[in-house]
Amino acid sequence: MAQALDEIKIGGLGSSRKRVEDDRFLRGKGNYTDDFKLTGMLHMEILRSPVAHARIKSVDTTKAWQIPGVHMVLTGEMAAQHNLAWMPTLSYDTQAVLATDKVRFQGQEIACVVADDPYIAKDGCEAIEVEYEPLPAIVNPEQALASDAPLIRDDKVGQNDNVCYRWEVGDREGTERAFAQADKISTLRLHYPRSHPSPIECCGSIADYNPATTKLTVYMTTQAPHIIRSAVALVAELPEHMIRIISPDIGGGFGNKVPVYPGYVASILCSILLGRPVKWIEDKTGNLTSTGFARDMYIEGQLALRNDGKILATRFHADTDNGAFFSDAQPSKFKIGLFHSAFGCYDIPYGYQTAQGTYTNKAPGGVAYRCSFRITEAMFFQERMIRAAAFDLGMDQAEFRRMNLVKDDDFPHRTPFGFLLDSGQYEKCLDVALDAIGYQDFLREKEEARSRGRRLGIGISTMSEPLGAGNSREYDIIGIKMFDAAELRVHPSGKAILKIGAKTQGQGHETTFAQIVTHELGIPAPDIVVEHGDTDNTPYGMGTYASRSTPTAGAATAMVSRKIRAKARKLAAHLLEVSEEDVEWELGRFYVRGAHDRGVTIQDCAMAAYSNMPDGLEPGLENNAYYDPPNLTWPFAAYIVTVEVDPETGVWDVLRMVAVDDCGVRINPMIVEGQIMGGMTEAYAMANMQFITFDADGNCVGSNYMDYLLPTAWETPGFELHEVTTASPHHPIGAKGVGECAAVGGPAAFVNAVMDAIDDTGVRNIDMPLLPDRVWEAITYKRDVSGAPPVKTD
Amino acid sequence: MEERRVNVTVNGEPKVADVEPRMLLAHFLREVLGLTGTHIGCDTTNCGACTVNFDGKPIKSCTMFAVQADGHEVETVEGISRASELHAVQEGFKEEHGLQCGFCTSGMMMTAKALLEENPNPTEEDVRWALSGNLCRCTGYQNIVKSVLWAAEKMRSEAAVRR
Ligand code: FES
Ligand code: FES
Repeated sequence: MAQALDEIKIGGLGSSRKRVEDDRFLRGKGNYTDDFKLTGMLHMEILRSPVAHARIKSVDTTKAWQIPGVHMVLTGEMAAQHNLAWMPTLSYDTQAVLATDKVRFQGQEIACVVADDPYIAKDGCEAIEVEYEPLPAIVNPEQALASDAPLIRDDKVGQNDNVCYRWEVGDREGTERAFAQADKISTLRLHYPRSHPSPIECCGSIADYNPATTKLTVYMTTQAPHIIRSAVALVAELPEHMIRIISPDIGGGFGNKVPVYPGYVASILCSILLGRPVKWIEDKTGNLTSTGFARDMYIEGQLALRNDGKILATRFHADTDNGAFFSDAQPSKFKIGLFHSAFGCYDIPYGYQTAQGTYTNKAPGGVAYRCSFRITEAMFFQERMIRAAAFDLGMDQAEFRRMNLVKDDDFPHRTPFGFLLDSGQYEKCLDVALDAIGYQDFLREKEEARSRGRRLGIGISTMSEPLGAGNSREYDIIGIKMFDAAELRVHPSGKAILKIGAKTQGQGHETTFAQIVTHELGIPAPDIVVEHGDTDNTPYGMGTYASRSTPTAGAATAMVSRKIRAKARKLAAHLLEVSEEDVEWELGRFYVRGAHDRGVTIQDCAMAAYSNMPDGLEPGLENNAYYDPPNLTWPFAAYIVTVEVDPETGVWDVLRMVAVDDCGVRINPMIVEGQIMGGMTEAYAMANMQFITFDADGNCVGSNYMDYLLPTAWETPGFELHEVTTASPHHPIGAKGVGECAAVGGPAAFVNAVMDAIDDTGVRNIDMPLLPDRVWEAITYKRDVSGAPPVKTD
Repeated sequence: MEERRVNVTVNGEPKVADVEPRMLLAHFLREVLGLTGTHIGCDTTNCGACTVNFDGKPIKSCTMFAVQADGHEVETVEGISRASELHAVQEGFKEEHGLQCGFCTSGMMMTAKALLEENPNPTEEDVRWALSGNLCRCTGYQNIVKSVLWAAEKMRSEAAVRR
């Protein structure tokens, strides 16, 4: 009797199979960009501006050229001769590759030195003499918008102020009407501080232009190799088929490795000019001061409330500090990402949002740091606002949420900003979380502790995050639609190779994408190898960020597997000598309807595809699929944190942290949980310590790991994870994105917990991070504490 | 710049090279000896990605010159497994999903190995404290801690069998 395959045993859907990529990393045999050594390779270092805003009077490179071992000193003037002093950004602005006229932020790229080794290249940078004429620095939107503010982007024709975009969405009149009928209006204003994704590995590239073949190969730390190839073709005016981007192992990305950076472009130009491979590996200060930052948003908004707790409408405004160039990495037609996803999980009839971006003398970037384009700010504001409103109404914060959350039978649910939420069990997630934390018991404990002078607090955050852009109707990057692709080839022996356009930076694609094929075809996961990251060898894809790989490339993988199965069915019919209609499928095997024992395996079909095909059937067993998702996926999460605040010092400790995630069907539960814990740690980091700020002169405070604090194993709390599963109604295997939910929804849970612990002080807000001195100030002086720059640094 | 001779035992093998006095040990391991399992993640001795064991103690190889290693023993991640057999710490990281991007992993494992050699029966708190000089941006540490405790357990049971 033919035995059915056990899907979990062969590494299919739901199997926590161990990761295949671990074997090389554990032995120190990973291949990160810095690990490659090409014959004849030279090394490039970048000279960066020490000041935030200044006119460049002169750049003297004479002494640098004289250093033995220096091969090239590239300045903005030289880059301009090749039309590369400036480059376009993903948000339809321009960004300087190497400064020619002015420097606009501290850390900006001024010149590059290429030498025999990185030490000599650094010597070369030190030998360059730059003369600056200082200009006043602008470090926040308020300064940028002042009538006497210096014009930062005087390079742009027609730019007369420091505004880089304006944006509005929603129903203004409907919202105003709803506010007019409100019993109560709740208001909140806050600053989401500037942060940096800061993967441990910095950015880098090795550009290898071969003058004989005119082919350019670039090894680089990019989350999106295909988009980079298209961008390089457009920016450097090189033929796209002669460009090969190889994104090898990446030491963490979190959005930092999506944009095109000046260092990449300069290494390419130097390689073309020198005809030799040129390696550029950024140092941490370069990474933290010049590459894609995140957040830096000032938000003020209101909820219109009925006395019974029903939310009638929301309106809010955001001012973003975009730095010197508007180079946010986001779907190009959205100026403030998916910020309008705020309040999506609540049933609110009306909403209106406005936003304005400003140029400042700070690094550009605005990347989606472990989030789907500005939704971290959206969900943070949402959950802080929800808590404030519950407090204003004197309602229990859990009950207030329960009352307003979208109900299970209300899907699909259209938000006032146009999103279509398609599935979820929001109340159930909330209940699982409340139960896990022991909500009622904690409230009693809190009261009791308060009577003895101790301050305990509980914070809740519930949210649904739109993940997995596109669909192609709404989402594109510089015109290229946000689909994704997969290619699958089954070899004669039934082993397979899957090639995807997405690119892992630690998410474990080599492990999990094989599991999707296993689920669809019954080929054991160890028999499938996953290739990614090399544009010559993988189909076009938009890359891995915004939790989009499983929703898009994962769906494409399922779809291409189904195409393979359809062809295998023809081969099975041929082998079984029956008509195709009489062939039935079970995991890994076709059999004759009504005769379960008469069957052939997928491996038999694979062999037949190369050795015994029926007349008229093309040989081989391979195919590809391009997948354009009909909608985003909508995971939901409920996070609850309890804390104790020490009123004497302002220090707060996390007591417990409960996470309930509904990310649809889990491909590999072990990996999903790893993603959630990683995200939760970043949430804790942002709430507790991690931010980049600036002094009044535009000096970056947080330009290295001594000033930019990241949590270690010592501070990071333990996490308790729970799950609820609501399959995505449109994803072929019911999966949803997950990698970022905890980083997006988590921060508000921590901050709400601290606010709860000081709920008798009248304080409405303390800006993140909730540093001890800020919390102490709030408790002691009973006032809100702003964290907006400039900071005093003396 | 004038070069200086360095004699250093790396993963049990004697190595001799002439290097500039300013060359960092991390660069020496990576560039001169080709041992790229030791990573560099910062400029300020904070991240620990470059951790190697120096005469049995974990040190940050980005903060020592190669010439200072003259006459000493260095162990890197490449030296801790034998042929196909992984060290218990490596196995632990795989079993408990203690790594994602893998960039911090070599340093984490070298620190963990040194801890377990000194303290075969650490508590969770001991492990967290020992690892507090190593940053990870991916995992949130919980699984790294579990990995080290898994390895401790395995090493203890192996030692018990040997006795
Ligand atoms: S490279 Fe960061 S501590 Fe050595
Ligand atoms: S696994 Fe990526 S930094 Fe630790």
